[in-house]
Amino acid sequence: MTEASPERLLFASTTQSFLEKEASLGRLRELHGAGTAFEADWWRRAAELGWTSLLVPEELGGGSVSGDGVADLALVAELAGKTVAPGPLHPVSTVLAGLVEAPENHEDTIESLVSGEVVGSWAVYQPGKPWSPLDAAVTATPSGSGFRIDGVKDRVEAGAESAILLVVARSEGVVRQFLVPTDAPGVSVEPQRSIDMVKTYARVRFDGVEVDGSAAVGSAEQTSDMIARQSQIAMILQCAEIVGMLETVLDFTIQWGFDRHSFGRPLGSYQALKHKYADLKIWFEACRATTNSAVAEVASRSPGAEMAVSIAKSYVGEHAPGMLQDCTQLHGGIGVTWEHDLHLFLRRVTLYRSMFGTPEEHNLNVYALTEQLESVS
Amino acid sequence: MTETASAPTETTESVEEFAARARAWLAENMPSIDPINPPEHDRGEEAPWLRARELQTKLYEGGFAGICFPKEYGGLGLPIAYQKTFDNESRCYELPIILNTPTFTICAATILDTGSEEQKHQHISAVLRGDEVLVQLLSEPSGGSDLAGVITRAERKGDRWVINGAKTWSTSAFAADYGLMLARTDWDVPKHEGLTMFLVPIDSPGITLRRIKQVNGSVEFCEEFFDNLELGDDAVVGEVNGGWQVASRQLYHERRAVGGGSEFASGIGAEGKSDVPIDYVALLQATGQADSERAREIAGRALVHRAVREQLIDHVYHGVLDGSLPPAAGSIIRVTHADTHHLEFDSVLALSASSGVVDVGDGLIRYGERYLSRQTAALGGGTTEIARNIIGERVLGFPREYAADRGVAFNQVKRNKS
Repeated sequence: MTEASPERLLFASTTQSFLEKEASLGRLRELHGAGTAFEADWWRRAAELGWTSLLVPEELGGGSVSGDGVADLALVAELAGKTVAPGPLHPVSTVLAGLVEAPENHEDTIESLVSGEVVGSWAVYQPGKPWSPLDAAVTATPSGSGFRIDGVKDRVEAGAESAILLVVARSEGVVRQFLVPTDAPGVSVEPQRSIDMVKTYARVRFDGVEVDGSAAVGSAEQTSDMIARQSQIAMILQCAEIVGMLETVLDFTIQWGFDRHSFGRPLGSYQALKHKYADLKIWFEACRATTNSAVAEVASRSPGAEMAVSIAKSYVGEHAPGMLQDCTQLHGGIGVTWEHDLHLFLRRVTLYRSMFGTPEEHNLNVYALTEQLESVS
Repeated sequence: MTETASAPTETTESVEEFAARARAWLAENMPSIDPINPPEHDRGEEAPWLRARELQTKLYEGGFAGICFPKEYGGLGLPIAYQKTFDNESRCYELPIILNTPTFTICAATILDTGSEEQKHQHISAVLRGDEVLVQLLSEPSGGSDLAGVITRAERKGDRWVINGAKTWSTSAFAADYGLMLARTDWDVPKHEGLTMFLVPIDSPGITLRRIKQVNGSVEFCEEFFDNLELGDDAVVGEVNGGWQVASRQLYHERRAVGGGSEFASGIGAEGKSDVPIDYVALLQATGQADSERAREIAGRALVHRAVREQLIDHVYHGVLDGSLPPAAGSIIRVTHADTHHLEFDSVLALSASSGVVDVGDGLIRYGERYLSRQTAALGGGTTEIARNIIGERVLGFPREYAADRGVAFNQVKRNKS
C-alpha cells in the first residue's frame, strides 16, 4: 500500500490481530460447517475497529486514520484476504460509497451501517444478465408520495443477512437508486449459494413494494456517477483482497518449495519449478502494482479512475485464479484435498474473478475507453 | 557492490519549476516531431548516430543532459522525478533516443559504478556532451547466457595487454567510440575469477568489424574480431581479474534498462515508426473490425497488459529503492517486457489476419514481418530463461542451478564441440 503513517500502521496492526484471532482459516471452516456467512456480533466489533467509517466523512459519523479513506479501506481488504475473512465488508462499503454522495434523508442509515448494527447490500445485478449496472429492469413507479418497486434482482451479496438494500431501478425512464428495507411488505429473499466457503448471495423479489419518496438516493442526474463510484469501490476491494490472498498463498507455497524434497533435492531447486515460481512472483508484483494504481486513482477521484479500475480488475482477474491453480500443482496431491487450505483461497479468488465484470468484459471496457480518448484527442 | 552512485543532490528548483523551464527550452531549441509518426532512427544506419550526437550536444549546452548523472561528471545530479518530468515534457520533440541504451543506461552507468576517477571524468562527460557513443562487447559466438565463460584472451606482453578472440551481438558497434570488453586474463582459476574488463577504442588497429543481418533485415548488430589488439593499463575498468564484478553491474543495468526502468534514460519516444506502440483503434478501423466484439476484446487485453507493464516498472523501481524488493527484482521488469511484447505481437498478428501475411497494399504486412522477430524481446539483454533463474534464486532464494564448471579451473572446463 502507500506510505505508512504511524496512524495507519497502528490501524493495520489492530485490524490484523483482530483478523488473526477472530477470522482465522479454522474459524472460516467452522462457519462453513455451521452454514453461517458471518456472525452479526463479530461484524459489530469489526465496525468498532473503524472498517465501516473509512468512506464516511466525519460530519456523518465516519473518518479515516490517514485522511485517505479509500486507501485505508483497500488496506483492510488486503489484510482480510490474508485469512479469507468472512463478513459483509464489500456490500456495506459499496452501499456507503453511494449514500455519502447524497446523504440527505439517509443520515440514520449511514450511522447504523457505520456502527455495524445494520448490514446493507447493493441490489444491482438482474437475473440472466451479465454485469451492466446501468441497465435496470426493476421499476420504481411514482405512487402517492413515494414509489412502488417491482421486479427481481439477484446475486445480492449477503442479501439474507441485510436489513436494507440499495436497489438500482428504472423510474420514469431514468436509472435511480432506492433504499428498500428487506422487511417491507412485498420483499422476498431467497438465498443463492456461491463457490466460496461462506459468502452467500440472494435473489430478491419486489412485488409492489411501497417506499417513501425519501427512499430515493441522490437525484436522477447524480445516479450514473454514484453507480460508477460504487462499482469502482466494489472492484478495488476485490483486487486488494486478492492481493492479500495471493501474498499468503505465495508465502506458504514458496516455503513448500524449500521444505519439500524429492529425489534428495528441494522442489525449488528444479529449474522447471523455479521458473514457475518466478512467474508467480512476477504476476504477484504486477497484481499489486496495478491494484495500487487503481486504488490511488479512485481515492483521488481522478478522471482516469474507471480505466485504472478496469485495467486492475482485468489483470488481477485474468491471473489470480490461474496462480492459485499453479500453487495447487506445486503442492501435488495434497493441494486438491479438502483438508489443505488452498481451496479456501481458490474459491474466493475465483468468485471475485467473475463478479462485477469478468476480465473479458473489462477488456472490452478498456478498449471502449481508449476509443473514446482517441476520438476526443 | 554498492548501489549506483547517483545520490540526489540538493536543488532549490521544484520539479514543477524544472518542468516549466524544460518546456520553454525545448520549444526554443529542439526540433518538434509528431510522436505518433516519429523520424526514423534506424540503428543500422550511420546518419541517425551523427544526428543523435548533435542533439545530445544541444541538450548538454542547454543544461538538460544527464539529469540523474552526478554533477562532478557533467550531469545534473537530480532525482528521477526530474527525469520523468523531462521525459513527459519532451514527448513532442526529437531527442537522441538511441543513445539511451546501451550508452547511458548500461555503459555510462557501469563506468560510474566501477570506473577510475579518470575514466569517469573522461567518458561520462564525453557521452553527456554527445562526443562519445559506448557499446558493450560481452557475448561471444561460443555462447551468450554463460557470459562468464568467455574465451577472448588478454595476455600480458611487457606493460601492454594483447587481445585475441571474437565478440558478437554488440549494438551498433560500427557507430561507437569505445566498448566495454570482457576478456579472460587467467585460465588457471575458476571462470569468474580470471576475467578483466577493458574499455576499448573501437577504431583501434587489430579490430575487424562485421555486421549481422537479422530475420527482419536489421543490420544494427555487429560482431568484432580481435587480432593482436594492443591496450594499455589505462584501458582496464575495475581490477585486473575483477572483470566479473564490472560485468555484473552491466547486467544489472541492462536488465533494468531493457524493461524501461533506468533513471539514466532520457526521453521516452519511439526510435522510429516500427517502435511506436500499436494503435489498436486505428488498426480495427482499418480492418473493418471496429464493431467486432472478438477483436475489441483481444485489443483491450493487450492494452491492459501494456498499462500494467508501465505500472509494474514504477512499482519495482520504487520497491528496489525503498528496499522492499532486492535489486535482482529488475529481472521482473525484464521478463514482463518480453511477455508483454509477445502478447502485443500475437494480438496484432491475430487482428491483422491475412493482411499481415500478404501485402494487399494496406501496409499491415509489417505486423507479420514484426512477428517473425518476436523472440528478440526474450533474447536481447539476456534471455528470459536466465532472468527467471535470477528471480528464482536471487529474489526468492531457491538453490542455484547445478553448474559443472563451479570451482573448476577454467582450462579444465568442457567447452563446445568444435
